[in-house]
Amino acid sequence: MSDLLTFDNVWLEYGEKIVLERVDLTITERSFVSIVGPSGAGKSSFLRLVLGQEVPTRGRILLDDQPLTPECGPDRGVVFQRYSVFPHLTALRNVMFSRECAKAPFTARLFGAARRAAAEEAEAMLVEVGLGDALHLYPAQLSGGMQQRLAIAQALMARPRVLLLDEPFGALDPGIRQDMHRLILRLWQEHQLTVLMVTHDISEAFGLGTRVLTFDKRRIDPHAPHRFGATAVYDLLLSRKTLPSVPDPQQKVLRLTESVITNTEDSQ
Amino acid sequence: MRWVNIRPNRRSSILLGAAPLLLVLVCYLFASAARHAANPSDKVLPTPAAMVSAMHSLLVDTDPLSGHLIFWADTMASLERLGLALGICTLSALLVGMVLGVLPAARATLGGLVTTIAVIPPIALLPVLFIVFGLGETAKVALIVVGITPFMIRDLADHVASLPQEQLIKAQTLGASSWQLALRVALPQALPRLIAGLRLSLGPAWVYLISAEAIASDIGLGYRIFLVRRYLSMDIIIPYVAWISLLAILMDMALAQLSRRGFAWAHQAAR
Repeated sequence: MSDLLTFDNVWLEYGEKIVLERVDLTITERSFVSIVGPSGAGKSSFLRLVLGQEVPTRGRILLDDQPLTPECGPDRGVVFQRYSVFPHLTALRNVMFSRECAKAPFTARLFGAARRAAAEEAEAMLVEVGLGDALHLYPAQLSGGMQQRLAIAQALMARPRVLLLDEPFGALDPGIRQDMHRLILRLWQEHQLTVLMVTHDISEAFGLGTRVLTFDKRRIDPHAPHRFGATAVYDLLLSRKTLPSVPDPQQKVLRLTESVITNTEDSQ
Repeated sequence: MRWVNIRPNRRSSILLGAAPLLLVLVCYLFASAARHAANPSDKVLPTPAAMVSAMHSLLVDTDPLSGHLIFWADTMASLERLGLALGICTLSALLVGMVLGVLPAARATLGGLVTTIAVIPPIALLPVLFIVFGLGETAKVALIVVGITPFMIRDLADHVASLPQEQLIKAQTLGASSWQLALRVALPQALPRLIAGLRLSLGPAWVYLISAEAIASDIGLGYRIFLVRRYLSMDIIIPYVAWISLLAILMDMALAQLSRRGFAWAHQAAR
């Protein structure tokens, strides 16, 4: 497994305020990285850096050993908590979107055989995420969980190098969330994905991830709290040999005690 | 049962909605009858029979001077001006609104200009338009265009600019270029809003049309009512105003129907 993403002494500053400091990380291909941490600790900023929405003020980010372009592209897929499907397109058209963009630069629409091929591919993807019966429904007609399934299918159609999930299951009911956990783990295995997932739910982070990053500030200056940025203070590699069928609280504790715990503070 | 929980069904809604209209009509008839009882040659509140006979000549008799059926010629002239102006407004609002909404750089450059133009009272520009374009059709169409386009542009640009950022990011991660993003993500979501903006602009558009026709014209619904005002011809003014209202309602309903038919997805969330 090779290194997919490299963060080399990355800083993110807004004027005086330092959001992230000294982020040094390598993310290997095929890993499932969960990112946890208190609110305001730069989790979302970290994800925006990977997305290319923000440019690091210092340091470099490499994707496949190439400097990351500071603009989102089809090499990075994303699923947000909300609003990540197009309300004016049916499920099928939503999933076909990336094919249509890639193959029809001017009209962004496909016709004839190319369209049928894209539609078949999109249908297969929708069946895979369990939306085989909802091909021609609009997002407003789908439940929250179904919308997230659609968003995932849509992102996977573009075959991204890395899939970014920004609290993707945060707004879902607990039961639905378990189904979604099973789905994302299955897709992660079958499509050999590299996943970066920001979450508030610690058990979700440990249940799904092969590696858990905790973002927080190392030091706090009480007189100028904005002058120290957050970084990955804990970097836990979970030694998971097999895919857990369902994240189960009992197993999680076991896995945590078995796991190799590396504190990045010590390694520096 | 609490009053707030009394919800009329579809049929009783229609009956309830019609009742005040009928009431106004009945009040008018009584008032008219009372005035005519006191003064048989009263002109202020004409009886329905007087309106029918006054309108009859305008509807079916050819005007000896112009060779037109006056009522229909007025209607056609006004609708032509209004249609042309609304067409120009809609197209330019779509074009400029999309550019302003999608491109932050264009918004920074032109947003101030559009806002400045939007605060100028259009009627105050009417003399300028008459001087520049003469007293012909162009000035009247231009008044409507100047009057409602800035509002429609701002409304559409704001709507497009406030599309969730997540959608735009998502489209880019799916490989969309700026053009593809505008065409496939922003444009389809802008169209229902454009229709909504057009519906809201219909009222002002009629105001500007009638103003322009009242000041300098020789044909049109607005011209006619201002012309016959000199003879206190309420028997013509009232049917004309009713006809203008009916046309406005029909246009509004047609646009609402177009939006529901063409953009069903936009009306699902509200259901």
